[in-house]
Amino acid sequence: MKTSSLLNAFGAVIKRDLLLAYRFRAELINPLAFFVMVITLFPLALGAEIALLKRIAPAIIWVAALLASLMSIENLFRADYDDGSLELMVMTPHPLSILVMAKVMGHWLTSSVPLLFIAPLMGMMLHMDADIIGVLMLTLLLGTPVLSLIGGIAVALTLGLRKGGALLAILVLPLYVPILIFASSAIDAAMTGFPVSGHLSMMCAILFLALTLTPLPTAAALKMSLS
Amino acid sequence: MTNLNKLEAYQLSCVRDDRVLFSELDFTLNSGHVLLIEGANGAGKTSLLRILTGFRRAESGNLFWNEELIENSVHFYQDTAYIGHNNGLKVALTAQENLRYAQALSSTTLSIDEAMAQVGLDGYQDTLVRLLSAGQQRRLALARLLCTHKPLWILDEPFTSLDRASIQLFEQFIETHANQGGLVIMTSHHETQLPHTLMQKIHL
Repeated sequence: MKTSSLLNAFGAVIKRDLLLAYRFRAELINPLAFFVMVITLFPLALGAEIALLKRIAPAIIWVAALLASLMSIENLFRADYDDGSLELMVMTPHPLSILVMAKVMGHWLTSSVPLLFIAPLMGMMLHMDADIIGVLMLTLLLGTPVLSLIGGIAVALTLGLRKGGALLAILVLPLYVPILIFASSAIDAAMTGFPVSGHLSMMCAILFLALTLTPLPTAAALKMSLS
Repeated sequence: MTNLNKLEAYQLSCVRDDRVLFSELDFTLNSGHVLLIEGANGAGKTSLLRILTGFRRAESGNLFWNEELIENSVHFYQDTAYIGHNNGLKVALTAQENLRYAQALSSTTLSIDEAMAQVGLDGYQDTLVRLLSAGQQRRLALARLLCTHKPLWILDEPFTSLDRASIQLFEQFIETHANQGGLVIMTSHHETQLPHTLMQKIHL
């Protein structure tokens, strides 16, 4: 008899979710297409004022990334809940909170990481300077996992509801605000020539806080929605 | 499966929508026994099973797995397998991928190929579960039971959408599991024939 280690289980959950994302490639494109479309519409609506675009580009990119993440997070546990695999995930020797973290990581890898690759391109399109794009990328790298982690709690809470979409947005958006504020103040600091390390450290702190604290309530909410 | 296990229920009761489905239910299930839960539609069979899996809290009463409250027991979920109305399979993955995932999450006994051969699905390893028939999907869920090490099986209507031969096969595996010291709790509408096991019945 072979027993399963926690690391194995963690890897298996991520691997399965990545495989599923690969099987549903069309859905994988959705957040990315949304992200690109929102950002491309802004210069069309604002006109070709380079100074203005340059000024608001980081905000546009961040808001688009935030909404793209929100759009895709609704499906985080839905399929597992409907086909009964959530019950199997509970019935393992491993703590549910760790497996939940694996699922959230899978979501981040499939929905936000593709955005990270295309974001510099979008920044260039909006005439951002190279060093500001660098800072923007750092804030996105630190900030988007937090979005997935916090979103996980709200998704788990609204799982039992048939149409939880609107409620999900109301629950989650206020919690997304701090990370948005720290990200934009970091970029502001970079644009005015101040050091950004303080803001980035703060974002790091939020990321680690979310990594340690969010899986527990998410797991508890999932168990609640199964009853 | 040499070590003995025991599931005890004390004074369980369940209330749903202000209706008492059952109350003061006691039973003890030891290794090698099969518990069959009978009752009409809506009598609370599935509710009882969900209480026994710990997903749902009973209105009152306690459940003990090897003398530990199941809420506090670290072993209960390690030792329990559940097949509900849904099979818990990912239809976009192949049969083998589904079983490999199940094995990664718990202790394994049989290899995937052996388990699939035993339920008569040999050759379907690389078939997407979506392309399997309802009965074959049910058999695959059974293969998952066989290839993971779980002493306690909790089965909600396991014979749904199975043909007569598959039901016989399923019953045979339940018997073997019980005779090897496993515990089985199941609900069923079918006449369940398990002549070689110690069967307890609860009528709700």
